[in-house]
This record gives sequence, structure tokens and C-alpha cells, in this order.
Amino acid sequence: MKRSLLRILVTTSLVAAAMPAIADTTLNALFMSQAAYSEDQVKEMTAAFEAANPGVTVSLEFAPYEALRDKTIAAAGAGEDGYDVVLFDVIWPAEFASRGYLLDVTDRIPAELSDQIFAGAWTTVEYEGHRYGMPWILDTKYFYYNKDMLAKAGIAAPPKTWQELLGQARTIKDKGIVEYPLVWSWSQSEAMICDLTTLTAAFGGTLIKDGKPAFQEGGAHQAIEFMVSTLKDGLTNPASLEYLEEDVRRAFSNGDAAFAMNWTYMNGLANNPAESKVAGQVGIAPALGADGAAAVSAVNGSMGLGIPANSPHPDEAWAYISYMTQAPVQEKYAKLSLPIWKASYTLPAVTDGQADLVTAADLSLAAMTPRPLMASYTEVSGILQAAVHGILLGETDIDAGLADAAGRIERIR
Amino acid sequence: MSFSSRQKEAWLYLFPAILLLSVILVLPFFQTVATSLTDAEITANPVKPNWIGLENYIWALTDPYFREALGRTIYFTLVSVGLEGVLGIAVALLLNQNFRGRVLMRALIILPWAVPTIVNAVAWRLIYHPDYGALNSLLLQMGLISDYRSWLGNPATALNLIIVADVWKNFPLIAYVALAGLQTIPGDLLKAASVEGAGPVRRFRSITLPWIIGPLMVVLILRTIEAFRVFDIIYVMTRGGPADSTKTASFFVYQEYFSYLRSGSGSAYAVLIAVISGLMIAGYYIVAQRREGKGQS
Repeated sequence: MKRSLLRILVTTSLVAAAMPAIADTTLNALFMSQAAYSEDQVKEMTAAFEAANPGVTVSLEFAPYEALRDKTIAAAGAGEDGYDVVLFDVIWPAEFASRGYLLDVTDRIPAELSDQIFAGAWTTVEYEGHRYGMPWILDTKYFYYNKDMLAKAGIAAPPKTWQELLGQARTIKDKGIVEYPLVWSWSQSEAMICDLTTLTAAFGGTLIKDGKPAFQEGGAHQAIEFMVSTLKDGLTNPASLEYLEEDVRRAFSNGDAAFAMNWTYMNGLANNPAESKVAGQVGIAPALGADGAAAVSAVNGSMGLGIPANSPHPDEAWAYISYMTQAPVQEKYAKLSLPIWKASYTLPAVTDGQADLVTAADLSLAAMTPRPLMASYTEVSGILQAAVHGILLGETDIDAGLADAAGRIERIR
Repeated sequence: MSFSSRQKEAWLYLFPAILLLSVILVLPFFQTVATSLTDAEITANPVKPNWIGLENYIWALTDPYFREALGRTIYFTLVSVGLEGVLGIAVALLLNQNFRGRVLMRALIILPWAVPTIVNAVAWRLIYHPDYGALNSLLLQMGLISDYRSWLGNPATALNLIIVADVWKNFPLIAYVALAGLQTIPGDLLKAASVEGAGPVRRFRSITLPWIIGPLMVVLILRTIEAFRVFDIIYVMTRGGPADSTKTASFFVYQEYFSYLRSGSGSAYAVLIAVISGLMIAGYYIVAQRREGKGQS
């Protein structure tokens, strides 16, 4: 009797000991609910991963871009209950890595991948020579135009430079084709800094040089002058000052604008008749250049997938990230976000129906300019957002506003 | 030590509440004060914060942007609570009248207050929307504006329009408290005053208002403290923009803590706001005590 009891005890404890290995692992993953891949697409990719990896389930959470960083940081203190996979923006690795939030995954990435993936994609996940995740969304802001409106205005070809754009926009406005030919995401937000970075690069300038403000002169100053002039001349929709990317997409898709700047995803959606009144009229090109400076311009707006340092399942998380970022998966969903893999760009799955986008990407991806890579970037950007927004609203003049911002940035502790 | 048994009993009964409050209020408060005297940061790295004395406070108080935000917060508080008070009392007076459908109206008026702040903020953001907002449509149809406007995108109007949204949500609370007070006024008293020749204004000033001022003060002070800490409604409607024109004091706590990850300095801002709220409560007690003294003499 005693012996059998002991045997039961031993077997149950053995079973209990073996449990963790065969128990289901649930990964908590944080994604973004706007731009790039849609929620449904992420769910489909995840379902396919789960089917191929029995025992691993992924619990998905979608947050607006504006909440992504806060959620990642807040969950860092949640121990094992935090996230196992997070989507992060190109501007955060410096901060996340220096504060120990993300796992260094340099050794997990096979060396041969380095050449197969675009250099601009790698900058998204790198800080001081280490890699903190895999690039996933390779993105930059493109220049979109409405072909029908240009034809109606008698304009033969879309503009090549920002200066040329002003003339075309004036023609379209004067002919009464649309009241405000230009629409931008110029609310007090990171979205505005992306446009500012693009314009600054076009005019041959830089926002921050060697950790010091460089926006009071040169290309950055010209970029802000350009922004102000389009508002003053009534070429830019004044509502742009409270728009994010989704508002830009709605305005452009509604036929309320002839020109717009937006990420890759707008190409798919603006050409989808269910989402857009201008499907089939959409032209896409690299962001414009400037006379005597750059031929095209672009901002690095890529995002990567990483593993928070407090994740209890780094191996499963890495398996999931590897799946999500592999070429076949990215090629299958290339309509809203282009792959990080160089070889993908010759495949029909990627080019079919979006040859214009791929042609534009060829030039844009090579020209991608990073935003200042510094650990205090969030603060620098916040100061610049407030200052530039004040200038665009006409609250302060350009020089005073920028001098003020420079002073505040130099005061950062 | 001559604790009467009654007193001992009282302390015994209070003990669980005191314990609970210490854990969830007193301890965190002192911890926040302690953190505010250091250069602590939010990080997963094992670094020990350094004691830096009052540096965070000096930093905050010498920052012209924080002082501007304080001024903005005071403006928001005064205008918002002032309007809520006037509107609340007016609605209470109306609901205190005898008319058909009074019960239904009393039930309806509480609705805005029952709506969660976030939902209220999103609803008003839609009303103010530059492209398809109801406000633009209304004003255009009335011929007051000739084009759709960007209301929350304009520094001159943004804060005031957030105040409207805040007033709409919170005046019912004041109306209800005022209404409860109004119902305790003996009808004979007002009738007698009427017979004595007191007009409606005189009756309101000499009888109605003094009668309801006690509970009204409590709810106004509560609202003042709440309004001074305002964050959620603004975060949802404008995130502090345009050009920082709706950035209130609480934004600095959030910004220092979560955006810039400086918990030491964030704590200092939090303590400053708590201290200012404390001064307001103290002010209320002084006023209340003075009134009590007057009542007794």
C-alpha cells in the first residue's frame, strides 16, 4: 500500500516536472494599429506561425503608434508578465539599448543575412555596433500625386523638385481644381518631424550635427521656410496642422488634395476603390529633391521587432520574429509594406500591380536619411515639434522660434 | 497617558483604515518626495540614483515653460470651474421648479457626467473636427463662418474649446449637489420673503445661495483640485498641442517620467502639483472655518 502510494507520488512529480517543456508557451506581442501591415495581415501571419509551431501561441496587442513606446517602457517593469516581442521605431534603439530594455540579438542573426538585407533596414535595429532586433517594416515617406488633377491642370509631368511643386500647386489652385493642393501630417507630432527631415535632406541640410542643433541655418532653415510659404500662399491645407498620416490618407483618397507625403501603405489603400475615391489616379514617386542640392529625398521610417530584456521566452520570441521577417512572408504581404530583402524586389509577387512603387522605392530606399541617432532623441524631437508647430501656426517667426528650440535642446540634462 | 477606553476603541476601529491609507497613500507620497530629491531615471540597468537635494525643484521653478504651463493650468481651472458653477446652479434652479417632465429632465442631465472622460474627449474631438465636425457645419449653416476651420489646431481657440468639453461633462455634478441643497430650503421661508417684498434676485442672494453654499463649496473645491490636475481630456483631444498651447502642468509630470524617463525630476513636478493642490485645500478650510465662525456669532 505504502509503496504504491509512493509510486503514484513519484510518477505525478515526474509528470509535473516535465510539464513546462510540453506546456503551451504564450508570447505577448505588441504591434501597431496604423500604417504598414494591417491588423488582419498580422493576425494571418501569426496564425500561420502558430500552425507551424504547435505549443506556441501568440497573444497580439495593437496600439496606436503614439502609445507604442510608453507601453514598451511601462511593461519593462512587469517582470515575466511583460511583452515577449515588441515593434519598435527606428528612433528608439539608442534609448532602449542604452537603458537595457531590449535583448542584444547580434549573435542570433546569421552572418550571411547582413548582405541580403538593405543597409537602411539594419540601421533601424543597430546601436553602437550591436543589433537589438530584426528590421521588419522597411519604410520611407513617398511623394504621392493625383494624375487626373495634374492632367486637368495641363501639367505634363509631376514635379522633380520642391520648388517646381510650388508652381504646379499654384496652377492647380488657380484653376480651381482643388482648393488646397497640398496636404501634410504637420500636427505637433513625430509625423511632422518625418516630413521636416525629408525636406531638410532635400535642401542639403541636417537637423542635428555632432549632437548640437544645426537647424538654425542651411537646409533645415530652408525647409522650414518652404513649409511656412506653402501655408501662407494657401497651397497647403491649413488642417494639416492637426493631421497625422491617416488624416492625410483620407484627404488624399477623398480627392481633396493633388499632392501628399505618406508612407508606403497609402499606395495600396489609395488605389483600393473600397477605401478611396481616387483609385487608379494615384501617382507615386520618391520625395522630391531641390535645385542645387539633392535629386530625391527620404526619411528612414523603418521599424523592427525586438525582444524585451524581461521576456521569459526569448527563444520562442526569436522563432516568431524570424518567421515574421522572413522573405516569403514579407513577399506575400508586400502590398502595404515592402520587404527588407534585396532579392524580393525582382519577384512578381512584390512588383505586380505596384511597379511604380517599386521603381520609387529603388531610389528612395537608397536615399533614406536617419533622424538624429541619440539617446535623448525623444526630448530633442519634442522640443523641435513644439517650436516648428509654433512657427507654422504663425505664433513665432522662424529665427526666434528656432533659436529658442536650440536653447532648450542645449539645456537638456 | 490617560487614553479613555472610548478613545482606545475609536483608534482600534480606525486602525484598518489608517493602515490601508498608509500603504496606498502615505508611503507612496513619501517615496515620491524621496525620489524627487534624486537624479533617478527609469532604466533596466542596475544604476543607483544620486542624492541631488533640491536641484529638481530649482530646475522646474526656473523653467519658463513650466511657469507658462502653470499659468495655463490656473486659467483652465478658474474658467472651467467658474463656468461649471454658474451653469450648475442655473440648471439646478431650473430643475427645482415644478414642471411636467421634471423627473425625466433630472435623469437626463446626469448623462454627460456618467460618460467616461476619454469617451467625452473623443466625442468632442469629432465635434470640433476640421473636415467633418458638427461645430463647423452648425456655424456654417448659421452663416457665422464662411469656411470650415481647424478649431483644435489653432492656439487661440484650442484651450477654450477643451474647457467647453470639460464644462459639458462636469456641470451636472455641481447641478446635482446644488439641487440637493435647494430641496432642503423650506418653501415657507421663500414665500415669507416674497410677501415681505423681496424680489427674485434678493431672495436668491439672501436665502437660496447662503442655504446651499456649504455643499456647493465642497463640490467646487473638489472640482478645482481635479481641474488643476487635468491631463486625460487634454491628452486625448490635443496631446498638449498646438504649439504647446494646451500643455498644462500635469503634462510635465508625464513628459519627464514617461517621455524623458527622468523619474527624479518627474517626481519633483508631481510633488509641486500636489503642494499647490494642498494649498488650495488649505484655502478652502480657512474659508470654511471663517464662515462657521460667522455663523456662530
